[in-house]
Amino acid sequence: MRSRSVILDTVTRATFQAIWVFSLYLLFAGHNAPGGGFVGGLVGGAALVLRYACHGSDGATAGVRVRPEGALGAGLLLAGGTGAASWLAGAAFLTSAKVEVTVPVLGTVKTTSALPFDIGVYLVVVGLVLAILSSLGGQESTA
Amino acid sequence: MFLALLGLHAILAAVAPLAARRMGRAVLLLCALAPAATVVAAVVAAAGGAAGQPVRESFGWAPAIGLTVDLRLDGFALLMVALVSGIGVLVFGYAAAYFPQRHDIGRFAGYLTAFAGSMLGLVLADNLLLLYVFWEGTSVTSYLLIGFDDRKGSARAAALHAILVTSAGGLAMLAGFVVLGQVAGTYSLSGLLADPPSGPAVSAGLLLALAGAVTKSAQVPFHMWLPAAMAAPTPVSAYLHSATMVKAGVYLIARLAPAFALVPFWRPVVVTIGVATMIFGGLRALRQDDLKLLLAFGTVSQLGFLVAVLGAGTPQATLAGAALLLAHGLFKASLFMVTGVIDRQTGTRDLRLLSGLGRRMPALAVVGVVAAASMAGLPPLVGFVAKEAVFEAYLHGGMGPVGPLALAGLVVGSILTVAYSARFVRGAFATQAHPSQRCVGSQAPLPSRAFQAPAALLALASLVAGLLPMLIGPLVSSAGSALDPNVEVESLSLWHGLTPALGLSALVVALGAVLVLAGGRVAAVQQRFGGWSGADDAYVATLRGLNRTADRVTGFAQNGSLPVYLSVILLTVVTLSGTALLSGGMFPSPAFAELVLAESLLHLVTCLAVILTAFATLVAGRRLVAVLCLGGVGYGVAVLFVLQGAPDLALTQLLIETLAIVVFVLVLRHLPEEFEPHRWRFGQKTRWLVAGSVGLFVFIFALVASAARTAAPISEGFLARALPEGGGRNIVNVILVDFRGFDTFGEITVLATAALGIIGLVRAVRAGPGTPPQAEGGS
Repeated sequence: MRSRSVILDTVTRATFQAIWVFSLYLLFAGHNAPGGGFVGGLVGGAALVLRYACHGSDGATAGVRVRPEGALGAGLLLAGGTGAASWLAGAAFLTSAKVEVTVPVLGTVKTTSALPFDIGVYLVVVGLVLAILSSLGGQESTA
Repeated sequence: MFLALLGLHAILAAVAPLAARRMGRAVLLLCALAPAATVVAAVVAAAGGAAGQPVRESFGWAPAIGLTVDLRLDGFALLMVALVSGIGVLVFGYAAAYFPQRHDIGRFAGYLTAFAGSMLGLVLADNLLLLYVFWEGTSVTSYLLIGFDDRKGSARAAALHAILVTSAGGLAMLAGFVVLGQVAGTYSLSGLLADPPSGPAVSAGLLLALAGAVTKSAQVPFHMWLPAAMAAPTPVSAYLHSATMVKAGVYLIARLAPAFALVPFWRPVVVTIGVATMIFGGLRALRQDDLKLLLAFGTVSQLGFLVAVLGAGTPQATLAGAALLLAHGLFKASLFMVTGVIDRQTGTRDLRLLSGLGRRMPALAVVGVVAAASMAGLPPLVGFVAKEAVFEAYLHGGMGPVGPLALAGLVVGSILTVAYSARFVRGAFATQAHPSQRCVGSQAPLPSRAFQAPAALLALASLVAGLLPMLIGPLVSSAGSALDPNVEVESLSLWHGLTPALGLSALVVALGAVLVLAGGRVAAVQQRFGGWSGADDAYVATLRGLNRTADRVTGFAQNGSLPVYLSVILLTVVTLSGTALLSGGMFPSPAFAELVLAESLLHLVTCLAVILTAFATLVAGRRLVAVLCLGGVGYGVAVLFVLQGAPDLALTQLLIETLAIVVFVLVLRHLPEEFEPHRWRFGQKTRWLVAGSVGLFVFIFALVASAARTAAPISEGFLARALPEGGGRNIVNVILVDFRGFDTFGEITVLATAALGIIGLVRAVRAGPGTPPQAEGGS
């Protein structure tokens, strides 16, 4: 391993979690404010890239228990499942529905069936970044 | 009800591998529930008058393209269901006794159930497209079943042969169905047959559909896949040869024949193919030493018989064909099961090595003799009743000049059938006069009763149906009148009196007996003509030719040079779209007068920066610098998005650019630092030319496209609908996940596929050259 940059190391450590929180915020706020599953996933991916730049591929995926294949599969399944759920209601594939739930602390939460679909998109994008980093990034020894 | 039955097949097929972990072989009996329930349902439907008044069920699948799940049970479908599911139950029971305890029995049970379900759907389908779906369902499941012993190269090759031949025919058939459906204006099978269209297009469509039937039912010259398919486990062969798969082609011909028999080519072509197949299959069967192979060629022969009779299209022939269909299902399944028992108990199917089995297993011998006698058409078995009816039909005439010739061919084929039936019985059960040391049979372990029961039941059915034809009379005549309303419902009978048909039967048996007695000489004559394997050679030669052509095309189109690929793609875009652009009269457009160079200074500055960085990319000598400059172009465009008020786009663009640079860097580690100058096939000047023309084209295209709008932009409608319908205020996101959700779904599928591709490629590279990628797979 080459010498590390202390500044980059510290900044990464300080911001890693914050970036993920921002990424989740983008995901959930995306329907009404700028953001969405795609952008949110990319921001999360950027956090991984930052850690990769700092620690190399093992560091980037350390503590990430999700395998890229798992994230990809779960994302596709969730998005496809959301679409297929419309069939249960007798509607066409991916027909959207709105839900209003009253949650004790948060009050009335409005959401749509597009949210799980967007989470699926998010998972696929994160899975893609994980796949790139762990496979393309992980061959320093053979390079 | 039928939908539920098809669903039951599907569910049992899916759970069989799981259930087998606990149940072992008994999973086959669990799966037998599906055909058993179908038999019960068919009996209930028949009691409710399904034969006279067809029962229908419908479910919209993709109505826009005329694809609806229309199921229809009429008299002929009832006969087919009785065969498919009735014999199906026995095959499942037989398989449970046939297989030793093995770990992949669940997989087998799943395939077999799916196979049975596909065939059931095929005979119930009343929509041409749906029929095609089930048709290919039987092709795929039979592929899995024939190649079930996937460690054996011969089994894999046989499975491949079967699916290549039958699905090639199936595709032709699909094209034919589309032609017929479009001309008739309906994809409903019953609708098409009730009001048959005519004309040259219809003839072409029929020929294509016939190609599907002929390949599926193993007619000459596409017959070789069927003998090869005996690589399948014997229970599969018993099912595939008697009630399913090969009967699909016969089924289709039987459905089409009454309506289209008067199309000029139909009767000569179909009957000729059928008769030729019958004689050819019979000759080949006489030469086989492997009992199963003998039966397989016997099936080829009998399928030719069925095609010749059911394809003739006269009411009498149709009725006789229905009886023959039933008779063949009963005796052929029984004979294969008997062969399976012999194979299991003695370890061989070679009739030169079997001796004394008749004395050792008398019960099995009786079953085999009865079934073979039915195949030979001896009284008092159902095979005799059916064959009499066929001769009657052909003697009745109404087929024009084809009739007498075909009848002569059928008589010759029947003589051969008698001879190879006798060969089967003698080879399997007789005691050889001078048995060699290697002969087995007299000491073989006795089979269990459960193992012999299915074959015995079928043989018993052949006998009872022959002695008391009035039992199967209603089933057969309702099948006949479902195919052709002109069929006169007459009762089948064992004894017609001294008719010409009886004379023909006697002639057939007598000449068959002569052929049996002259067995050695016949074999010698056949030997002299050598092993005519033209069809096999043709298959291999076709495959080789295809491979060679594919090699050449690939070598030409995929030469491995990235610059060439890119240039071809880009120049195609420029030439085709550029020509359209210039000749379309939209350039120059009067709207160009309203164009503004830049709305603000910031626009101008950003654009200049983008252009400069793009240029820097081109002249950069080091790869890393070029990549960074390329990223700069992307960031510049992101700034433009911000200026235009599209934060979502800008954010995405920024992140993508960043990620792209990282990926580039990861890959660039493996490449030399600097570009290698002038080692490409394409000169520097050509590159500039291509790049310049693309740039110019895109510029003009953007100008024309933005000036050419005449309709209201779609985004206005989206803006209005985003909140009330999509429930979101971020219109970009609402478009992505709601209005255009299906597109997004497609895109993330592409993303995921690309990611998996990267993982697989990198693993394959790491495993080292020459290592097949699947060696690393499984995770």
